[in-house]
Amino acid sequence: MATPVLDKVEKDSAASPYITVTFRIRRYNPEVSDAAVWEDFQIEIDPKERVLDGLHKIKWDLDGTLTFRRSCAHGICGSDAMRINGKNRLACKTLIKDINPEKPITVEAIKGLTVMKDLVVDMEPFFQAYRDVMPFLVTKGNEPTRERLQSAEDRERFDDTTKCILCAACTSSCPVFWNDGQYFGPAAIVNAHRFIFDSRDEAGEQRLEILNDKDGVWRCRTTFNCTDACPRGIEITKAIQEVKRALITRRF
Amino acid sequence: MSADTSTAIGPVEGGAHYDVDNPAPYIEAPRKRTGKTPRATRGNFEMAAWLFMRLSGVVLVVLVLGHLLIQLFLDGGVSKIGFAFVAGRWASPFWQVWDLLMLWLAMLHGANGLRTVINDYAERANTRLWLKGLLYTATVFTILLGTLVIFTFDPNIR
Repeated sequence: MATPVLDKVEKDSAASPYITVTFRIRRYNPEVSDAAVWEDFQIEIDPKERVLDGLHKIKWDLDGTLTFRRSCAHGICGSDAMRINGKNRLACKTLIKDINPEKPITVEAIKGLTVMKDLVVDMEPFFQAYRDVMPFLVTKGNEPTRERLQSAEDRERFDDTTKCILCAACTSSCPVFWNDGQYFGPAAIVNAHRFIFDSRDEAGEQRLEILNDKDGVWRCRTTFNCTDACPRGIEITKAIQEVKRALITRRF
Repeated sequence: MSADTSTAIGPVEGGAHYDVDNPAPYIEAPRKRTGKTPRATRGNFEMAAWLFMRLSGVVLVVLVLGHLLIQLFLDGGVSKIGFAFVAGRWASPFWQVWDLLMLWLAMLHGANGLRTVINDYAERANTRLWLKGLLYTATVFTILLGTLVIFTFDPNIR
């Protein structure tokens, strides 16, 4: 009885799951040229694998000079945000089968930040904006001897924005940020939102004042690019609108 | 997505003159906050502008649609418009206020919208300065001229 089942399994595993996929990667090496070029790589890969696995195959087997960032490779650290088929995604959370492997898969660095090499960008302006909104708990008075308690509802208020992994997929998808890069960017506002609406924090007013800047929340055009790009599914545009509302209602 | 990129593939032209000791010029990230970046850019102007756009937009929907309805559809439509028609309307302070309000709100709303567009699309500081200068000049000129006409309109002019 078990024999036919076993046969079937053997037959299935005999058929190779591998398909040939073309990776079209935007290469840039300042030691070779000041221009970026698209380079095609053909690799055999299981469509159930991720774009990051493809990049690894290229780097390990085909061209060791391919440069990209990745740390945990499981969607937690936020190192490998890149523009895949024209959309900002995490390479480690994008399956080959989900992005039409029949056509070449384009991979390029995220936009709006200086490309250092291949897919590596200078994240400093992004983190500068993050630091500017004071992304840490600020309280007055004596430190309590136990935890700072909070009701479940109070925690729920800013739950969505705690999910940010600082991958810069949102900020580098924002057309306002692309232009002159002075806009704080969605990620910084999301992380300010996380503390502004935290009942334990006492510097909400200060953060709102920082985001009232001429390059603060008012430059948001609600194009929803950030919400679409976020690999954690944070409702970023909604968070930005909530900060705007807080800025207005606190005065009037 | 990939169609537009396929033409971009090709050999690098004149690529050989950069190496380890002589890398390509580093292009500064635009956002970089340096010591020169002004810090005192806070103020409520942007918030006021943002609020004004929403509020004036709501009022303008009524004003402009009413205006278009009266001018183009009701009572003979566009063919009735002439000097006499305008003179008759501006004899009433109600229509004077309506037109004045519409002029100011529409001009400021449009100018602020264009200011935003310039901020978003002009990349160099100089381009911004000139475009905004042009915009503000045109706005002030149109608002002042329109206001002058509404207040000093003389139906018996010959």
